[in-house]
Amino acid sequence: MFKILEKEVLSPVIKQMEIKAPRVAKKCQAGQFVILRLHERGERIPLTIADFDRNKGTITIVFQEVGKTTRELGKMKTGDQILDFVGPLGLPSHIEKFGNVICIGGGVGIAPIFPIARALRDTGNNVTGIIGARTKELLFWEEKMRAACSELLVTTDDGSYVRKGFVTDVMKEVIEDKGKDNIALILAIGPQPMMRVVCNETREYGIKTIVSLNSLMVDGTGMCGCCRVTVGGQTKFVCVDGPEFDGHLVDFAELAKRSTIYLEKEREALDYHKCMCGGAS
Amino acid sequence: MAETAKTKKEIIPKKHPMPTQDAGERIKNFNEVALGYTIKTAVTEAERCIQCKKSPCLSGCPVEVDIPAFIKLMAEKDFAGAIKKIKEKNALPAICGRVCPQESQCERYCTLGKKHEPVAIGRLERFCADWELEHGVTLPEVAPSNKLKVAIVGSGPAGLTCAADLAKLGYEVTIFEALHVPGGVLMYGIPEFRLPKKVVQTEIDNVRKLGVDIQVDSVVGKLVTVDELLNEGFEAVFIGTGAGLPYFMNIPGENLCGVYSANEFLTRVNLMKAYLFPEYDTPIRIGRKVAVVGGGNVAMDSARTALRLGAEESWIVYRRSKEEMPARIEEVEHAEEEGVKFAFLTSPTQIFGNEQGWVERMECLCYELGEPDESGRRRPVPIPGSEYIMEVDTVVMAIGQGPNPLVPRTTTGLVVTKKGNIVADLKTGATSKPGVYAGGDIVTGAATVILAMGAGRVAANAIHQYLAGRNT
Repeated sequence: MFKILEKEVLSPVIKQMEIKAPRVAKKCQAGQFVILRLHERGERIPLTIADFDRNKGTITIVFQEVGKTTRELGKMKTGDQILDFVGPLGLPSHIEKFGNVICIGGGVGIAPIFPIARALRDTGNNVTGIIGARTKELLFWEEKMRAACSELLVTTDDGSYVRKGFVTDVMKEVIEDKGKDNIALILAIGPQPMMRVVCNETREYGIKTIVSLNSLMVDGTGMCGCCRVTVGGQTKFVCVDGPEFDGHLVDFAELAKRSTIYLEKEREALDYHKCMCGGAS
Repeated sequence: MAETAKTKKEIIPKKHPMPTQDAGERIKNFNEVALGYTIKTAVTEAERCIQCKKSPCLSGCPVEVDIPAFIKLMAEKDFAGAIKKIKEKNALPAICGRVCPQESQCERYCTLGKKHEPVAIGRLERFCADWELEHGVTLPEVAPSNKLKVAIVGSGPAGLTCAADLAKLGYEVTIFEALHVPGGVLMYGIPEFRLPKKVVQTEIDNVRKLGVDIQVDSVVGKLVTVDELLNEGFEAVFIGTGAGLPYFMNIPGENLCGVYSANEFLTRVNLMKAYLFPEYDTPIRIGRKVAVVGGGNVAMDSARTALRLGAEESWIVYRRSKEEMPARIEEVEHAEEEGVKFAFLTSPTQIFGNEQGWVERMECLCYELGEPDESGRRRPVPIPGSEYIMEVDTVVMAIGQGPNPLVPRTTTGLVVTKKGNIVADLKTGATSKPGVYAGGDIVTGAATVILAMGAGRVAANAIHQYLAGRNT
């Protein structure tokens, strides 16, 4: 069992939790993920590690309540226990001194980009952080990101905070401003459509771009192939070959389709769950 | 004299049939298909054994169970004695009695089988194991602790056997399991209707009762490496991580929605209990017409699972003919009874999808059999221009599994083959790295439960010799 030491509500649908998992915390590196299962009847879901504290032996996760499991997790409180918490899974981010790097976090993707930005800055890179969300109340970790980056730019799709525009708009401005040849690498984590647009733009500029994919998974150890994705014409498993890939080689159209496999079932699970909760009173 | 008199008794030419759930009923549930012998049937079947002098059946058992001895005890109705005899050599008899391919092992060599059907050794083994589960398990003796720690990676049949044997010898054994429950392929791979998870659970509990500590959620290669285990006080490590990497055919359309690896399909259903969705959270999507590509046990399990999930048609698509199928005969028969259809000498060349990315149909190519290949089976040769379209909406790829690279990649000094299997001495399980042993599918490639158990036993003995030798 893995105890929730702290819970923070970042927005009505985005929650942050610090989980006691000393062995995972000892080993994990930026870019890796965990798989958790809440209870005996639960499903296994992957979540990218948002932060870790080796001394305290904790892993921080940030998640948006979308399906049955994330909603259920969102209802859990400090002191509650998660049945299974497996990790660290996937390959760590490749961290070295590149020079000027842009780290983009969109929506709930702000969380997993944070440890990567921090590791890149700690290695001597000049890190420009760009974070954005649909609207002000969905934006979080601004101060945390500001501390991790050399400079931080913030945007909202609806202009409710700082400025109006997508993260890709801000990214283009940064590239134009610094000059495309002066940017060694771009990392982007966020919703699939965002990462796809980022990659389409940076392909034009010829700037290497890494994305972290959030495909469906079961075991997370390379055993089932549920998470497979086409990268550069080859089938890769996100869980063991990723989760980070060269964004210019990822077949986003296929990824988007594969992400929808269980949409209908997810609705079914939510309805069933609601019925059960409603009936229990 | 009594013996001689017995052999002269009229021989019943056929095995007593295994009582089963009716095919029409059972495809609506996930309960066990084979119901097991009654006491009376078990004893009469045991009496079919003529207790021949040479006991050729022994040579067919990878873990050397004293088959004639336990059958003799059964004929004498001493079931407690029979199971004790089996357990001298086999730590997981309730499992082996259900999933061993007896027709190519012990029963293949049975003297009775030369003229008649062989003795139903597997069914008798299962009877004894089930009898014990019902009447209370007697644990084998465990030697006092020698304080020596051994780590086992993977809790499938190889790991469990190795762990049980070492625990009995007094070692302090810890098993590291990547998934959230122990059992490996017995839990995620083999379906409930063939191997009830309760049976597996009981066998695992028995291994725990020997003092073995099983740590789930522990992915060796990620959470901890084999090298770290050796540095953290484990005197030896046994790697039994199985064949966990699913193979795909690399044909166009394989990443469409509705194409599963057999591993994913079965893991969702068996381990995650997707057949009980939405009571359990993990979903599975099954179409109307399912094609399972492959001819082994995993393919049969997938095709039969598909029917139980509500598919209207479930097809086995296999590139050779029925005779070459590697599946156990009983599984093929059960599949046929349940209405699984077979497209032999057929293999897919590409899969087509609709605009939303879902499987709609599959193009297949027909084959004919040529000369035997390295495996001794006749090689399938494609017939040019024989392509045809099969209308399907779900495809399960059951064409085999390779070794999962997580452990080999993160262990220094471990020699692996081109395919990624760990190179180990089959007589000892010793790898190229001192103190590190390996066995089961990670060494041999995908094989059987019983061969993995045999390898676990071999390694346990070798580890015992290695550590005893080192500490004297």
